[in-house]
Amino acid sequence: MKTILDPHKFNVVIERLSHQLIENHGDFSNTVLIGIQPRGIHLSDRVVAYLRTLVKTKLQYGKLDITFYRDDFNTGGAIHMPNQTEINFSIEDKKVVLIDDVLFTGRTIRSALDALLDFGRPQKVELLTLIDRRFSRQLPIQPDYVGLVIDSINTQKVKVYWKEKDGKDEVVMINGD
Amino acid sequence: MALSTKHLLGIKNLTPNDIELIFQTADNFKEVLKRPIKKVPTLRDTTIVNLFYENSTRTRISFELAEKRLGADTINFATSSSSVSKGETLIDTAQNILAMKVDMVVLRHSASGAPHFLSNHINAAIINAGDGTNEHPTQALLDAYSIREKHKSLKGKKVAIIGDIMHSRVALSNIYCLKKMGAEVTVVGPPTLIPKHIESLGVQVTYNLKEALDWCDVANILRIQLERQNMPLFSSLREYALFYGVNKSLLDSLKKEITIMHPGPINRGVELSSDAADSHHSLILQQVENGVAIRMAVLYLLSGKQEV
Repeated sequence: MKTILDPHKFNVVIERLSHQLIENHGDFSNTVLIGIQPRGIHLSDRVVAYLRTLVKTKLQYGKLDITFYRDDFNTGGAIHMPNQTEINFSIEDKKVVLIDDVLFTGRTIRSALDALLDFGRPQKVELLTLIDRRFSRQLPIQPDYVGLVIDSINTQKVKVYWKEKDGKDEVVMINGD
Repeated sequence: MALSTKHLLGIKNLTPNDIELIFQTADNFKEVLKRPIKKVPTLRDTTIVNLFYENSTRTRISFELAEKRLGADTINFATSSSSVSKGETLIDTAQNILAMKVDMVVLRHSASGAPHFLSNHINAAIINAGDGTNEHPTQALLDAYSIREKHKSLKGKKVAIIGDIMHSRVALSNIYCLKKMGAEVTVVGPPTLIPKHIESLGVQVTYNLKEALDWCDVANILRIQLERQNMPLFSSLREYALFYGVNKSLLDSLKKEITIMHPGPINRGVELSSDAADSHHSLILQQVENGVAIRMAVLYLLSGKQEV
């Protein structure tokens, strides 16, 4: 097990990502932020909380569950339990920033794009992710804002711990067999 | 998390955890039904046949909508226009349909136990959409879900089930469901329409409508199932309406506000008067609305269990 993001650097990265968002989206008057359930929510909660200390306009922030849009539904595995979706605003013609913790195969983001389009036609969709496992992609999907790029092989696992849930902020890589 | 059963044959063989899981999943589908595009692609590779051996408006439309909003392909089957009128048996009909690669069967039948019987002979997941006088599980689930939505929880809630308890599959499924979720149940009706030994299901019995309405938080009023009564069990509909019909002035005479429900179709002026059915007490149209979400949840949760 190797720590790839320690608690101190963790916060620095989240603040940097937030500043990059401000750089591109200004006062967020035409931008909405959407966290992907279940694990992207920890990151999006943190980013939105920090942005609210910096931006005066009211941020539009929602949560999106992609369970019903998965591409592995009928492949014989157990049923995936859905989480809450909460998008109480229109995304029509808005810039949408999707937020997830780890970008791995890209399949979650593919599902999220499908789910998102059922809520309207955004002007533009961007992707913010804490960790980008760049050599593991199975679909042509790339992030716009990245906390940390890591090189890993498929048997390795990347685990993100959150203070709210796990008692500490940390990202570790676990070697598989 | 998954259901403990492969088919939904009745509430009798569900656990409280199963029921809670269906409710939580239905919450998610209710949100889907509020979106601009009310359809998800989850069951896009699933084909479902609606085998209706008995007439239905609400249940069939509700199942069909639930299936379509999950992205499934659907086939509707009505006995009147099929080879059943030439004498084909239930098993033959089902097996022939399944030979065309159908994954799930929604079955309504006038014989109690028909879905249980079919489940012993075919491999697809079966959902009981009402069998004779036995059970109507999805109706009980949406009734309980509607109560849970209005009153926050089912635990300790007092529910009166009024009317033709003897012939109503909605009554039996409701009793199982409400008792499993911790509600108290009283059944009300003329003695001839209340089965003997129903107390063994853990319900109270009264023949006095006013007494039951004064006691309950929710009154679920059932239709008189004239098509299933093969001998006279009360003198006339007029007399029934007089003693067991719920109307607005009766509701206004109670000490507290109660919620009234009806699984439909309503015989207006018999078990329920129009002024009561259309009043603010009524949860009837919310029941219908919730029916689609509940059926989406059931279809979703059972769809993963098919053996390929």
